Amino acid sequence: MTDFKNGQELLEVCKKKQCSISEVMKQREIEGTSSTKKEVEDKMRKALAIMKEAVRKPLEDPKPSMSGLIGGEAKQITGYRESGTNVCGTFMNKLIAYSMAVLEVNASMGVIVAAPTAGSSGVVPGVLLALQEEKGFSDEQMTDALFHTAAIGYLLMRNASVAGAEAGCQAEVGAASAMAAAAVTELMGGTPEMCLQAAAMAISNLLGLVCDPVAGLVEVPCQSRNAIGAVNAVTCAEITLSGVMYPIPFDDMVDAMYKVGKSIPFELRETAIGGCAGTPTGCGMRCRI
Amino acid sequence: MNFISAFEVIGPNMVGPSSSHTAGAVSIGKMARKLFKEKVTEVTFTLYGSFARTYKGHGTDRALLGGVLGFATDDLRIRDAFSWAEKMGVKYQYIADKEFVPDHPNTVDIRMTGENGTKMQVQGQSIGGGKIKITQINGINVEFTGEYSTLVVKQIDKPGVVTHITQCLSNQNVNIAFMRLFREGKGKTAYSVVESDERIPDEILEEIRQNPYVQEILLIQI
Repeated sequence: MTDFKNGQELLEVCKKKQCSISEVMKQREIEGTSSTKKEVEDKMRKALAIMKEAVRKPLEDPKPSMSGLIGGEAKQITGYRESGTNVCGTFMNKLIAYSMAVLEVNASMGVIVAAPTAGSSGVVPGVLLALQEEKGFSDEQMTDALFHTAAIGYLLMRNASVAGAEAGCQAEVGAASAMAAAAVTELMGGTPEMCLQAAAMAISNLLGLVCDPVAGLVEVPCQSRNAIGAVNAVTCAEITLSGVMYPIPFDDMVDAMYKVGKSIPFELRETAIGGCAGTPTGCGMRCRI
Repeated sequence: MNFISAFEVIGPNMVGPSSSHTAGAVSIGKMARKLFKEKVTEVTFTLYGSFARTYKGHGTDRALLGGVLGFATDDLRIRDAFSWAEKMGVKYQYIADKEFVPDHPNTVDIRMTGENGTKMQVQGQSIGGGKIKITQINGINVEFTGEYSTLVVKQIDKPGVVTHITQCLSNQNVNIAFMRLFREGKGKTAYSVVESDERIPDEILEEIRQNPYVQEILLIQI
């Protein structure tokens, strides 16, 4: 059966089968769940459709979150871009707006795809959909890219953690960012080795990031952290695709991330006690809700 | 180690904002509905731990109710579960018990009353990433996830009942993944829980019912 337990094994399978990471992951899914190619592709197409809707909706019809802490940011950021005077240019503005849009949908009880979690659900769609518009990739290439993100996320789930309560935001937004960085590298023609390098770099850039949601809600600072995860992903892909090497292997970074996560104090692992949640303003927001 | 599917990473498709406090809550409510054979007319949710403290901000209340109404984790009607419950003739209430310390921080007790007056209690835990465990039925501790086809047999704790059940499973060529027996006490009410990777044929219910000590059978298919 097509399977792999770490990044090294994934690269070996890719080499042996002369396949991309997305193809290997799709094949693993087909064999591991006794499904047909069409079944797993249809399922991924549905995830892509939900992601597209979650990016689009807040730009047209923004809704406040359950608590009222967030809502409308993506539309405002898009408006700033349309003013023609923005700092980041079109592509980066879209990355930011799209990833934050998904968190608005999530916080207002709309439908999203956890990728790998609800709190980090903006990074992967934000990056992939902004890139699709920029480069004209097909939907088929997008579903393949989602299989690629699943391969990286699976390894993080298996060998570390993707739960903020266990290993902080570095395990949620950090993981999502690594998944997106690797998928972008493949879409832009990088080799499987380069994809894992981009993912390793993405993890290292966000290493130690704590999980400190104000009032315990997936809103502040989660929404803007998704934007950072998205920007970090394309930054790492850009560096890697230029040929600049990241020296620490992916598997080492997965272990490092898990170890760092375990040493993050309890107050900074989704308990809403420390960090942003523990500031006087954060506590005040909690009381008002 | 269990197989981790691509759709556990890119998924679940869900109504936000939290996989544990929203999607998991929907799944517990849905399992409770499946375990209760009658149409639910009244339901009380007792929330413990983190569920009791943060349920409003995470929509856990709507999610649990939506599950009991039969909605899937990605059904947008969850957002309006209160008005759907009224339309569907289901009365509901919530009790936030912040004193009791449960085994798992995301625990809920669901007490349902049916149209014929039958009552049932189901306890569930949301254990992360939208995954759940059912931990109690009518006060008896059990444990199953609903990820497999699950057969739950309510029986009197007497010799031969479990043999009868396994014989019926073998007759229908069902491969057992897990099987456990949970009981109130010797000779009292017990639950056999059988989980299988494949679909369990419906014909098995009639066969199992032949044993005089079998009181009730529930079958939840994947």
